[in-house]
This record gives sequence, C-alpha cells and structure tokens, in this order.
Amino acid sequence: MNAIGEFGVILLSAVLVNNYVLTKFLGICPFLGVSGKTETAIGMSFAVMFVMTLASTASWLVQQYILIPLDLLYLQTIFFILIIATLVQFIEMMIHKVSPVLYQGLGIYLPLITTNCAVLGVALLNVQQENTFMTSALYGFGAALGFALVLILFSGLRERMEGAPIPDAFKGSAVALITAGMMSLAFLGFSGLVKV
Amino acid sequence: MEELLYATLSLGAFALIAGIILAIASKVFHIEGDPLSDKVDALLPQTQCGQCGYPGCRPYANAVASGEADVNHCVPGGERTMLSIADLMGVEPKALEEEEEAVPVVAFVREDECIGCTLCIKACPVDAIIGAPKQYHTVVSDHCTGCVLCLEPCPVDCIDMIQKPELLEHWSWPLPDTERAQLGAERRESHHD
Repeated sequence: MNAIGEFGVILLSAVLVNNYVLTKFLGICPFLGVSGKTETAIGMSFAVMFVMTLASTASWLVQQYILIPLDLLYLQTIFFILIIATLVQFIEMMIHKVSPVLYQGLGIYLPLITTNCAVLGVALLNVQQENTFMTSALYGFGAALGFALVLILFSGLRERMEGAPIPDAFKGSAVALITAGMMSLAFLGFSGLVKV
Repeated sequence: MEELLYATLSLGAFALIAGIILAIASKVFHIEGDPLSDKVDALLPQTQCGQCGYPGCRPYANAVASGEADVNHCVPGGERTMLSIADLMGVEPKALEEEEEAVPVVAFVREDECIGCTLCIKACPVDAIIGAPKQYHTVVSDHCTGCVLCLEPCPVDCIDMIQKPELLEHWSWPLPDTERAQLGAERRESHHD
C-alpha cells in the first residue's frame, strides 16, 4: 500500500472506526459538558484538535529521544501529563487573547482538556502501537477529528432536542446519555470499514 | 544511583523548559486589563442591580471609563460614589438622576400583608431579604442598599421604602460636603492645565 493510502486508512480508522468517544469511551466529560451549544462545541473541537495533535507529536519526541535512550519508560505517564498540561495552559492563554468570547463560552472546560483522558489516551496508544513520527501526528489529528465530529454532531442533536417534547423524567442528562448510546451503536456500523 | 539521577534531572529539565515556554507565552499573550475601568469598578457598590442601564457594575465601569456613560447613574452608590467617580475621571460632578435618593432609604416589608411568595428575595441583588416560602419576609436593613428592585415583583405591594434609621453603631463622621469636593476637583483640574 502506498503512503497516502496508508495515511488515509489511519485517519479513517481514528475518526470513524476507533472513535475515541463512541467506541473507546474516552473524553466523555467534555463530550457531555460542552455539547449544549454548537458554537462552543466547535470551539472546543478546535482546542482539542490543537492540543491532541501537538501532544501526540511532542510525546512521541519525548518517548524517542528522552525516555528510550535514558531507559526511563516508567516515567512515561508523568512526562505525557506534563506535556499536555503545558499545551493546555498555552492554548488557554492564546484563546484568551485571540477570542475572549470563545474563552468565556468554553469556561471551565478549557482547563479541563488537561484531564481529558482522550488526549493522554492518544499519546499512550501511539507509544503502544509503536507508530512512527508521521503516523503518530496523523493518529493524534485523526482522533481529534473524530472527537470533533462526534461532539459537533451531538451538540446539533442536543440543540434540536431543546424544543422536542421529551417526557420530564428524561429531560437533560438522561436523554443526552441515551442519545450518546444510540450514536455509539450507530458508529459500531463502521467497525468493518477498515482493518486496523 | 545513576538512573535516579537521570530520572530526576530529565524530568526537572523538561519541567523547567515547559515553565519557561509558559512564562514567555504569558508575556506574549498578556491581556491588557483596562486599569481605569478597574478603578471605577472598585468604587462601585457591586450590587449588580442594573439601575444604571447596564447589566452590572463591571459593564457600567467599562462604559464610564470609555466615556460612554455619565458618572451619575449609580443609584445605590448615591452621591458619594458619584463624587469619587467624577474625581477619578476628572470630570465635573453631576447631580444624581434621582434627587430623592439623597436621603438613604431601605426597604421595609409590611409583614401583615406579606404572603411569603419569595419573589422579592429572588429580586434582591444583595441578599438582604430573608424568609421562606409561605413565611413572611423581612429586610435586613444593614445590607439593604435601597435599590428598590424588590418593589416591582411584589404581588401585594407590601414593601415600602423608608428612611434608613441612623443607629449609633453605623454612625460615622460625615464626608466632606459637596461644595468642598467640587472645589478640590476644580483645583486638581487647574493643576492639569
């Protein structure tokens, strides 16, 4: 398989087949937390995309040039958390400067990307799968793209549900969780699409 | 032993680099908070009552600092706030919009008529009204700023504005009178010229 085809497969598998939210169940907190409005969902998606791509490349570099040569693999998690926390802090300052409105919209969920397990999950899985530098970057980006896709779709659904005649007992988180479960079932349909 | 050294040094060095990057970023992406509106905001009573026509004290402070709004719109702050803002902004003090506010007033609930609907409790920006559903409410006059926001929601109109009782424990030396404050402001202005 040529290189472009391979990249396509990686991207497709990360976005649809092994979607982090719906099939690996990572990053559920921002998925439910910021999906109330499409606008904030899009902002959050871009923030996560930035953090995840950079975190997966940075963690690959750290893994290859610090952890393996010094035989410090047991420090993997703490190193990766340090990388992610720094990146999140950085992007928080950047968003505050560039778009104060988005900054207010994201609110507490922006610093919470630090504890978004999907970000750490991507970094750790990259290492486990022994990806190369380019595939790690692509995998991180693909995972973020999948997160963004699902988050934006879900926020659209939730916006529609605002006006729907939902029984009182199901209003709010209850119906959101049921919808998320149905989306997860729907995404299972992609499982035969690519073999990874 | 060597391994321990490597682990500590590499993690320490990495954390140091991350810290330096963040320190530089915080300088690059530094947000200039408007120092003038900060000062105006500090003078406002922070009741967030919205009587100035702005949705809170901070927006009004921004409007005053940018010159959009006059200094005399803060009703709970009264004359004292108006004078200190005028002093800060270096403009002529203006009479308050509502002259009768010169006498400090507080809300008073006629308890016999109160039906305990809690609407005034929700309206009060400073939580000065206490009570529970179906129990009559009362106003803690120490905390009441006289902003009259509770009058409108009351379905039985049982809230009066009464003159604030002057008690010994609240008494303080009277502020310098308006004329002298104006004189001071003028003197400062002539200094600027």
